Amino acid sequence: MTFLKRYLIPRLFQYFLVIWLGITVVFLIPRLTPNDPVMRMIGEMRGRGSTLEPGAMDGIIRDLTQMYGLEGSWLDQYWAFWVRLAHGDFGVSFFQFPTPVNKLIATAIPWTLALLLTTTAISWIVGNIIGGLAGYYSRKGWSRTLDAIAMVIRPLPYYIFAFSLLLLFAYVVRWFPITGGASLGAIPSLSWAYIKDVLWHSILPALSLIILGGAVNFQTMKLFVQNTNSESFVQYAKMGGVTEDRIVSKYVIRNAILPQITGLALSLGQIFSGALITEIVFSYPGLGMLLYRAIINGDYNLIMGITLLSIVGITTAILVVDLTYPFFDPRVRYN
Amino acid sequence: MKILRDLFRDYRFTFSFSVLVIIVALALLSFVSPYDPTLWNVVPKDMKPSVEHWLGTDSNGQDIFWQATFAVRNSLIISLIAGLVSRFIAILVGMVAGYKGGWVDRVMMFISDSLLVIPLFLIFVMLAMLVRQFLNLVVLGLMLAVFGWAWDARVIRSVILSLRERDFTNTAILSGTGTVKLVINEYMPFAMPLIFSNLINNIAWAIGLEITLAILGLVNLNIPTLGTMLNWALFYQSILLGRWWWILTPVILSLFLFIALYWLSTSISEYLDPRTRIQRVGA
Amino acid sequence: MNNKLTVLRTEQLKAFYVLDVQGTQKVAKAVNEVDLAIYENEIYGIAGESGCGKTTLLKALFNDIILPLRLIGGKIFYRIGWDEEIDVTTLSPEEKRKLRLEYISYIPQGSMSVLNPVLKLRETYEDFIASHVSGQSREEIFELAYKQILELGLPKNVLDVYPHQLSGGMRQRVTIALAALMKPRIMIGDEPTTALDVVVQRGVIQMLKDIQKNLKNTIILVTHDMGVHANVADRIGIMYAGKIVEEATTELIFGQPRHPYTQFLINSLPKFGDKNVRSSVPGSPPSLANLPSGCPFHPRCPHVKEICREQMPGFTQLDENHKVACWLVGEGNHG
Repeated sequence: MTFLKRYLIPRLFQYFLVIWLGITVVFLIPRLTPNDPVMRMIGEMRGRGSTLEPGAMDGIIRDLTQMYGLEGSWLDQYWAFWVRLAHGDFGVSFFQFPTPVNKLIATAIPWTLALLLTTTAISWIVGNIIGGLAGYYSRKGWSRTLDAIAMVIRPLPYYIFAFSLLLLFAYVVRWFPITGGASLGAIPSLSWAYIKDVLWHSILPALSLIILGGAVNFQTMKLFVQNTNSESFVQYAKMGGVTEDRIVSKYVIRNAILPQITGLALSLGQIFSGALITEIVFSYPGLGMLLYRAIINGDYNLIMGITLLSIVGITTAILVVDLTYPFFDPRVRYN
Repeated sequence: MKILRDLFRDYRFTFSFSVLVIIVALALLSFVSPYDPTLWNVVPKDMKPSVEHWLGTDSNGQDIFWQATFAVRNSLIISLIAGLVSRFIAILVGMVAGYKGGWVDRVMMFISDSLLVIPLFLIFVMLAMLVRQFLNLVVLGLMLAVFGWAWDARVIRSVILSLRERDFTNTAILSGTGTVKLVINEYMPFAMPLIFSNLINNIAWAIGLEITLAILGLVNLNIPTLGTMLNWALFYQSILLGRWWWILTPVILSLFLFIALYWLSTSISEYLDPRTRIQRVGA
Repeated sequence: MNNKLTVLRTEQLKAFYVLDVQGTQKVAKAVNEVDLAIYENEIYGIAGESGCGKTTLLKALFNDIILPLRLIGGKIFYRIGWDEEIDVTTLSPEEKRKLRLEYISYIPQGSMSVLNPVLKLRETYEDFIASHVSGQSREEIFELAYKQILELGLPKNVLDVYPHQLSGGMRQRVTIALAALMKPRIMIGDEPTTALDVVVQRGVIQMLKDIQKNLKNTIILVTHDMGVHANVADRIGIMYAGKIVEEATTELIFGQPRHPYTQFLINSLPKFGDKNVRSSVPGSPPSLANLPSGCPFHPRCPHVKEICREQMPGFTQLDENHKVACWLVGEGNHG
């Protein structure tokens, strides 16, 4: 009961407050920026050379204003905005008019989920195992070598790293296909040939995510293990002649992995926003590619939809971490 | 002097320092460039590297070497504006929140927590889409600064909180030292090394975001930066057409710049952290 | 000269910290030519100011010499059977591990972090026991553990909780009980009473004494607290700057201290009914990395002579149970 009142309810309140704030920012940005998206649209249409009757122009302006949800006072707009969101409606896409944003996102999400769930899991598991070993044997040569490699990879921004991989493997040595989620003209089916084709195309984007994510996990895990290794309870177990395998698994890893569990949840929360750049570099048909097309076509509703999805994803992940962490750490559980 | 000598013992610091000196020198060279970076077709197009054009020329008819000097300079200007302004906000917020406490602290930390949670990249995309034509170096730098202070404000706040508990704070207050003076004279020296290493990280973050936004065509492509250089090289299919000198220039410059900045910040913060210092000694 | 059985003996033991500080090598002479002979069925106290090397000596006696601490010279003998003395510095890591807890056990300062925070005490017990015995006898030892816990007056459910749920005194008792569990011939305590308040301290001291009386084994106790030594120890070695400077029975140390440093330590103790201000040792202990020439105590010694600055005195045997290394007392015999 006190747990509910003193912990759960404030935490849930904070959760909704952050989402509210994020969504409000998304609402405000187009309204606070110094140009009118409708007039910009019109300008771009004119720029493309379409000529319209003045009457038809007024109609388009009215339609666009309505589509952007720009009718009435800000307060009216804000209310309408929430009503639409409450119905799960992100509006319609401009560049694939009149497909609803929801539908576009729904077709892209499986690609992103498949890529990100696998790469996040692999980079977490591999990074932590190697990082843990490297931390425990931090004086060994191979540990130092791996550390040096991670020191080079870690600082690179996604774009530069992914692009360097693409240059190297798709252009210089030509081991992997350059772009796309599957070969051009391949028909989606459950056949082995199609699945193989998809996997083949996803190797490079997956590799870029695994290496970069793995390097981060490696570095943090190595540091945690090194720090845990010098804790007095580990020293004490050694003084008590506890066998090394027990010390490694139950004393060092069990304690060092705690913050990494949080890290895993956070990176799962970034599934909708973490790989946008990777997908763009490799033309992988997930949310990132969708975002890219939205940017090129000025499709504000679509970008807003992806952004809202990301906000909810990350905040929910953090909420889940906060609520489940006591199960992993008895110190938190009993306080 | 001794600090510098100690730092240079770390190969990472030596490497970063040398790379950054070269990169800054490159940026300074832009002031004596024979070409105007905004003009096209000032040199023959698509020339391979030669004595005349060290890094060749691009499809816009610009000299890549001199274009790169401007690109480095502008990327550094954007990131320095972003880094310094966001540092100012972070210090202000962190110090006020840490020192005042109470509801001021709670509100400020709620805002910074929210900033940490919101996918900033997407927010930048939305902003940049709407204000693209106003995006000069300063505006872009300020935009990154406005959103880039949250983490460091938290760090500074926690430093202040721990310092506030120490004896010298009470001594200073009892002897009538004013708040501002206390914060500047007593607290800043403690927070300074941390702020500096965060500044470097923030600069790297800003350069990276600029590149990403530029690739997506969300900045003013007529201002040469590392990002817009890449964008043009991609736009003209320089890879497919085998113009490696064009695409490789910004890519290699960025690789070295990011590694140098990261190594600089880790070598400095490791030097400052007594725990790792002991570890290093013990090794 | 003495017919008591020596259970632990060192010969000219030298253990230094060799540190590489920014390219220059620094050597801290923490244990410097120490000869000890510790008997069966006694409590041996090692006393000295902080930074005199007593914890390092303890680690060396425990045969736990790991980098940056190095064994520079000398030998450490355990009497493992009845008549064989083994130089334990030559043992393999696995042989060293097996001796711990079974033959020689360690009592840490029971701080918060000495027990694994994510394990219930039962699991810690399980790890310590299972590392030394297997199969059927493991359960017997667990039975024994429960019996011992009741005997020692610890709460019955103490094994069902996490370390942070225990008070400091209770944690300290648990570590002592664990150290005594396998009836080791030697128990080594590193300031086990220091972190506790006086009332709890008395209980812990009594517990140590009871266990020793019961097991008839040897306890080596390191603490700077002369009051604790007076209460517990049978014999005391006074340590200064990496060397034992005086060794005698507790009675002789407190009754007829001969080394000026011992005299200072004794005089700094409050005595019942004495209202004089207590004097402490003037000056501060030397850095182990930069020892003064000759007798390391000479800069603080009120009776300093010319020879004290030049040469370290050897031991003068005043009595069967009393030896001192001081020029004021005698020439000593240089070995």
